[in-house]
Amino acid sequence: MNYGPLIFLAAFLGLSASWFGFVLTPQVQIGREQQATNTVNTAEMYPQALPGLANQGLEVYRENGCVYCHSQQVRQNGTAVNVLLSDAGTNATAVVEALLKANVGVTNADEVNVSGAPKILLRDTTVERAKAAVTALNGAGAKASVELQPLGPDIARGWGTRRTVAADYLYEHTVFPGSQRVGPDLANVALRLPDGNWQLRHLYSPAAEVSGSPMPAYKFLFEERKLEPGQRASGDAILLNASGEFFDPAKNNGPAVSEIIPKPEAKALVAYLLSRRAETPLFVAPMTPPPAANNSSATNTPAATAATGSTNAPAK
Amino acid sequence: MNANRSTSPLADGNSSISISETDVSCRVPLFVLFVSAAIWLFLASVFGLMASVKFHDPNFLSNTAFLTYGRVHPVATNALLYGFGIQAGLGVALWILARLGNTRVAQPLVIAIGGSLWNLGVLVGIFEIFLGNSTGFEALEMPGYAAVFLFLGYLLIGICAATTLHSRRERRLESPQWFFLAALFWFAWIYSTAMLLLGGTPVRGITQAIVAWWFSANLQNVWLVFVGLAASFYFIPLLMNRKLHSQYLALLTFWTLILFASWSGIPNSAPVPAWIPAVSTVATVLTIITVLAVIVNVYKTVGYGCSQTSNPPSGKFFAFGIAAFVVAWLMNIAAAIPDINSVLHFTWFTTAQWHLNVYGFFSLTMLGAIYYIVPLVTGMEWPFVKWVRAHYWLAAIGTIVLVLPMAIGGVIQGTKLSNPQVSFIETAKGMLPFLKASSVGELFILLGHLLLLINIIALSVRYHKKHFVPVYEAATAELKPSEAKS
Repeated sequence: MNYGPLIFLAAFLGLSASWFGFVLTPQVQIGREQQATNTVNTAEMYPQALPGLANQGLEVYRENGCVYCHSQQVRQNGTAVNVLLSDAGTNATAVVEALLKANVGVTNADEVNVSGAPKILLRDTTVERAKAAVTALNGAGAKASVELQPLGPDIARGWGTRRTVAADYLYEHTVFPGSQRVGPDLANVALRLPDGNWQLRHLYSPAAEVSGSPMPAYKFLFEERKLEPGQRASGDAILLNASGEFFDPAKNNGPAVSEIIPKPEAKALVAYLLSRRAETPLFVAPMTPPPAANNSSATNTPAATAATGSTNAPAK
Repeated sequence: MNANRSTSPLADGNSSISISETDVSCRVPLFVLFVSAAIWLFLASVFGLMASVKFHDPNFLSNTAFLTYGRVHPVATNALLYGFGIQAGLGVALWILARLGNTRVAQPLVIAIGGSLWNLGVLVGIFEIFLGNSTGFEALEMPGYAAVFLFLGYLLIGICAATTLHSRRERRLESPQWFFLAALFWFAWIYSTAMLLLGGTPVRGITQAIVAWWFSANLQNVWLVFVGLAASFYFIPLLMNRKLHSQYLALLTFWTLILFASWSGIPNSAPVPAWIPAVSTVATVLTIITVLAVIVNVYKTVGYGCSQTSNPPSGKFFAFGIAAFVVAWLMNIAAAIPDINSVLHFTWFTTAQWHLNVYGFFSLTMLGAIYYIVPLVTGMEWPFVKWVRAHYWLAAIGTIVLVLPMAIGGVIQGTKLSNPQVSFIETAKGMLPFLKASSVGELFILLGHLLLLINIIALSVRYHKKHFVPVYEAATAELKPSEAKS
């Protein structure tokens, strides 16, 4: 190693290998992804670009470094394949017998209790067994479907319904997967806390909404004005009483003496937070949406789809 | 503090230059680089402490936009990485390259201009982060227009460093020289790639995050390690008055860093195609070879003679640096293993590892080098010699008090996060005592940096008085009648 150019060459080759691996190849593989209808039942285009105000909010999120305390990535340990019994039918004995004959790991009739549907009949089984069980159950007059349930502490906490995947970030510049959870994950904050006014109050005074919160207040995103007695408050203002608490007509802790008016930055940031939802089932992250979501969309989807439950599991 | 051993007499004695000539040639550029590095280091610890205090009271200085945690924290890390780290690293590299090459440093004035450009870039970048114009990518927050100055400054210094290496009179290349050459080239490539792909015409979606992870790993796991180890491999044998145990082990370190460390840094659960974190994990685990090679090499060099040598204060910095390197890298490797990563990712453990690597290892090594080099280059002893030792203890204790609670707290935080029965707010509150303890470490570190700053400014003032004031007085003194006649 007494030859300078040789060392330079070594460094050059080593670095180009790493560059090809982690800069060029990902770009070739996923850098040109497009939005697609890869959800099974709804034919929804996913992902959607951020609305204008939410995009401005992304800039506020970047400016104030929210990423240093909040991740936006739900992790998943695995997926449980369950058999969901939505209706036991009229002949419970026949249903149980069909299940025993289907050879899906159920050997004792006492283990099976089909009353109380809708319920999960088989938990965390294999795809083959789940499919066989569903065929057998449907043949015996019950209504059953395969349910895919993502697992993991993040999902158990209600931080998301499935893991976050590359497609979820497609239209974002800058992306904020984050590296630290000083605060909770925000990948699906819009599903958890969909109230924009709550978000504004929380930004103004986090500790007032979440007791003991170590999050700093973002009062510089708001403007405070005194209210003269009898003066009407501005349209989107948060009201404060004399002791500086949020004025709540339900608690009757008034009168309101000042109003907090969110600046455009605060409204944009809240719009961005309320755009944080990634619950669409994708082929790369399959899951069965919770039934509540089914009911709300049932009006414009064919009845048959709603009945069998919308999973994007392989065709039964 | 004579460093005769680092240069060997040449066959043709005529072309040889004295060590002091080498040192004098470094005087102007190293003055620019080291004084500004000391100032940035001090500022970094001021803002680091400020960010840490926000965990004692979340509303401490939170009413103004530019002092919010999300701006102060990146200012502290950028001032440490770019203001101090790279700048001091380049200064140390220039001096060692000149010393090992038995030559003068090339184009001292161009280096000084490059250093000024670099500082202008850091200054603009820090201001822009305060104003809210950060890029939002960790370790790369300074925006594009600051990056232009940084890049130009780096190019000027880097070219001069390469020229210094090229114009060496001692043809044999030692391990620190390989490391420095690779590092010089490395930063220019990763920084330009990252800024172009994330700033000007950004790549889409999560590929941005992959590029950012790649950059940050190559800066912190390759560049800093190259420069930090090069300084250790130069100074530790020098202070021990012996040779580095094995050039082959140094070569192994060199190659494993190039081949494995450059692929590290992508978290195991990253929302990207699965092969990327898989490759990254394997590469990170393989850096155990680097760590083992360094341990054996340093141990065999130092041997049992460590306690018997009269160790100058700067030697302690190198010793702590190597120890911190080993621990930081074992932490890094452990945290890359999938089962452990799923617990420790998104926790303070990774922050603790970052501090131990960037501050405990790299920065302390650079501080030791600065304490060693500056008296040689200026030809003057430190004004407060005892403060060097005091700074060492402040920095060493500070690092431990900063890193240890954070790492322990991070493990606890990770286990709580993996248990959905523990509410999140309990987890967040449970972390606060650990963060409060680590603020004490930040305070110790800050005090140490204050000692360095006062020392180096006092030295500059003395240098000014000794070398410039007499010249100025002589030049402006009134002529005596007798002299006027002649």
